[in-house]
Amino acid sequence: MTLDLVPIWTFILGFGVFLYVLLDGFDLGVGMLFHFAKTTEERNRIIGSIVPIWDGNETWLVLGGLALMAAFPLAFAIIIPAVYFPIALMLLALIFRGIAFEFRFRDSKHKTFWDYGFTYGSLVATFAQGIVLGAFIQGFKVDGRHFVGSSFDCFTPFSLLTGIALIFGYTLLGAGWLIIKTDGELQTHARRWGRIAFIGVLIAVGIVSLWTPLMNAAIAERWFSWPNIAFLAPVPLVTAMLGAFTWLALGGRYGDPAPFFGALGLFLMSYAGIAISLWPMIVPPVYSLGAAASSESTQAFLLIGTLVLIPIILVYTGWSYWVFRGKVRGDFGHH
Amino acid sequence: MSLDPLWLSRLQFVWVVAWHILLPAFTVGLASYIAFLEGLYFFTRGETYLATSRFWTKIFSVSFGMGVVSGIVMPFQFGTNWSRFSDATANVISPMLAYEGLMAFFLEAAFLGVLLFGRKLVPRWVHFFAAIMVAGGTLFSSFWILATNSWMQTPAGFELTDGRFFPTDWMAIIFNPSFPYRLLHTVDGFYVTTGFVVLGVAAWLLRKGRAVTEARFMMSATLWFLLVAVPAQVVIGDFHGLNTREYQPAKLAAIEARWETEARVPLTLFAIPDQEAETNRWSIDVPLLGSLILAHDLDGVVRGLKDFPRDERPPVLPVFFAFRIMVGCGIVMLILVIAGNVLRTGERVYSNRVFLLACQWASPLGFIAVLAGWTTTEVGRQPWTVYGLMRKADSVSPSLTGGQVLTSLIGYMVTYAIIFPAGLILMRRMVREGFTDNADEPPIAGGRPPGPIKGAS
Ligand code: HDD
Ligand code: HEM
Ligand code: HEM
Repeated sequence: MTLDLVPIWTFILGFGVFLYVLLDGFDLGVGMLFHFAKTTEERNRIIGSIVPIWDGNETWLVLGGLALMAAFPLAFAIIIPAVYFPIALMLLALIFRGIAFEFRFRDSKHKTFWDYGFTYGSLVATFAQGIVLGAFIQGFKVDGRHFVGSSFDCFTPFSLLTGIALIFGYTLLGAGWLIIKTDGELQTHARRWGRIAFIGVLIAVGIVSLWTPLMNAAIAERWFSWPNIAFLAPVPLVTAMLGAFTWLALGGRYGDPAPFFGALGLFLMSYAGIAISLWPMIVPPVYSLGAAASSESTQAFLLIGTLVLIPIILVYTGWSYWVFRGKVRGDFGHH
Repeated sequence: MSLDPLWLSRLQFVWVVAWHILLPAFTVGLASYIAFLEGLYFFTRGETYLATSRFWTKIFSVSFGMGVVSGIVMPFQFGTNWSRFSDATANVISPMLAYEGLMAFFLEAAFLGVLLFGRKLVPRWVHFFAAIMVAGGTLFSSFWILATNSWMQTPAGFELTDGRFFPTDWMAIIFNPSFPYRLLHTVDGFYVTTGFVVLGVAAWLLRKGRAVTEARFMMSATLWFLLVAVPAQVVIGDFHGLNTREYQPAKLAAIEARWETEARVPLTLFAIPDQEAETNRWSIDVPLLGSLILAHDLDGVVRGLKDFPRDERPPVLPVFFAFRIMVGCGIVMLILVIAGNVLRTGERVYSNRVFLLACQWASPLGFIAVLAGWTTTEVGRQPWTVYGLMRKADSVSPSLTGGQVLTSLIGYMVTYAIIFPAGLILMRRMVREGFTDNADEPPIAGGRPPGPIKGAS
């Protein structure tokens, strides 16, 4: 008898992906809000709020991809080719966005170009991730161990909607981050941006939540049958309370970090909602987590190191955030 | 007209990996160099070291950023374009790739921020420590990615069930037969590559009479370093070749363009190999030397390509020439490094115009050698993805059409054609202006406010 590692890996993967969504989420959101900055000074402060940390945030994407490949390789081999274009689009967008951090300071002649690369790169990457999310909820055409649909299957009205929902969601996180890291007029702007994003999130997530059970009878069954409905009722209730909290926090109550944590809570609830809908599928509607898992030896070998390394990573990453704590200043320079 | 998704996927992979590798080739070496400089500064407080470190750190930040964004593209390629390869090999290779992320990428990312922006925010020793961590991260990265690639070259420690690879012995997987050689040879190659860039920049500064103290220090220390690293590269390469002869004989035959299996083979310096006719044209041979170098034995037998079925032979011409380009670069480097160390007497090394110009021209040599070396390695592995076991035709994603791959390929080509030249121009400009605007660091990026503010000290 050996220990079944699948639940542990499910948790690690879920944790990694959530951290990615949270960290690169605010990072990409800040990138999109950059577009609305009025002055060079504001732009510098906005970008300065993420310059020392964006690389680490994006690394969770790499880890998410690799952990999926390592723990659930069949899912990796089916899903990634199925979302060929959103992935390619996301990667290209991330290139422009990542490069802009260095280039806009040093290449003053083309600064405008890199600024556009930064903000549109953030937008396109977010949208592409939202499409991947939508395609994932909808499920994939599978035969044996291969994806057999077309690379365009992932573009549907539903996935376009999840794409838009994610844009609002990340923007909300980004606004929350800017409220923490800035003060004065810029912070006031960030609060306004946050409120607009909040309304967008409310509408988009509302439609997604209604559409998903309508589209998929099994998901409807899961949420609305007795006794599930009683167990699951707290999910929308807590979400509503968090929503109210976030709205008030954006208005200026509860201190500067509150909007960010409100948005975090909202993301956590949406994440839980998706997990409840799809559990235990990793390649909906065909393969469950157990069926797509890698060999026991693979999971065990990686687990040993992961259990040691993830806490260490969290410690030094947390420390690096702490080094750069406090409000960003406007006379942001470089190195 | 039919577009072959396999062919286009290969082209796309080569396009993205070849650009990516150029950056590690530089940043792995540079990260260690910066850690070295920061160490000297930490222990001696010499201003020269600080100025030199600042200069290179700025350039490092640009090249590192480019390395990161081009690197993030890489693991996704395995999923988008090589999904059957991923399905078949993930049980074996993906933990190694994941360990690269866990041990290297996070470490680099977190400490890079502190290295670049934290000089005034953290104690001196912490800043030095951050430099070491970044350098260590790049070396961990090299370790795992090369273990992965080496496993594809010389697979070990697995069993094959239903066309999929399952791990049986992790030590054998990681320390597979070609890994130690490839690791040493590649990392030393990266150090050498960086060394020649530093040499070139120092030579330029000396010719212009700028930052002379720093330039002299860079020139001198780097020449000592290369005096060890370049010959080491040749020796390790030679042993790598012995290893290839044993585990990938078809690749070695292609490197040397040997068609017949014989003892006492000559060394072919130049030829035009003809894959169809199974022979070399216009070849220039040195008798016996082939056996001596390849087998370290005059009577050594070297297997020829005719020993292998036609559809298991790599394309000979590119392998043959790529190898000669790499070795050619190595020889030129060796000559330069020896000349430089000879010119030390009487300090001519800092003033000899011919030598300084030669150093400037030699700065890209490492990059050329690295690309040529990888071309030898990867094309010599053909037609296999996992040597001898899995063909590239069985590796590609089944759902892709040629048109789709062409679309993404154009996307990568256009993007890289903007990004990489822009980065190169930028770094050139930074070299030009580096020591002139090296005054004090501007106020700390994203750092603490001037006065204490709620929550911050
Ligand atoms: C600065 C870079 C550099 C220099 C000067 C050299 N190499 Fe190299 N070589 C590499 C950088 C490199 C590399 C990029 O790192 C490769 C590609 C993959 C690998 O394992 O190392 C490589 C591969 C490689 C291989 C192929 C191994 C295989 O895959 O089977 C051989 C046999 C050699 N080298 C041998 C040499 C010799 C005899 C050299 C003497 C001058 C030499 N290399 C100089
Ligand atoms: C197909 C093969 C490769 C894959 C999948 C890959 C993957 C990656 C990824 C994901 C990153 C970004 C890391 C981050 O977010 O910080 C990266 C950067 C890096 N890669 Fe690669 N890589 C490949 C080839 C190589 C090779 C051959 C080497 C060296 C031997 C290498 C060494 C590095 C290093 C040192 C970095 C850090 C960034 C830098 O220094 O430029 N990679 N790679
Ligand atoms: C270190 C990690 C690397 C891994 C895991 C890796 C893996 C692969 C894979 C999956 C393919 C496509 C399948 C095939 O054609 O067999 C390939 C082909 C190729 N790779 Fe690599 N590669 C790595 C590094 C590199 C680097 C650094 C280069 C440098 C330029 C390179 C050059 C090539 C070339 C030239 C081909 C195409 C050969 C041909 O089809 O003729 N690879 N490699």
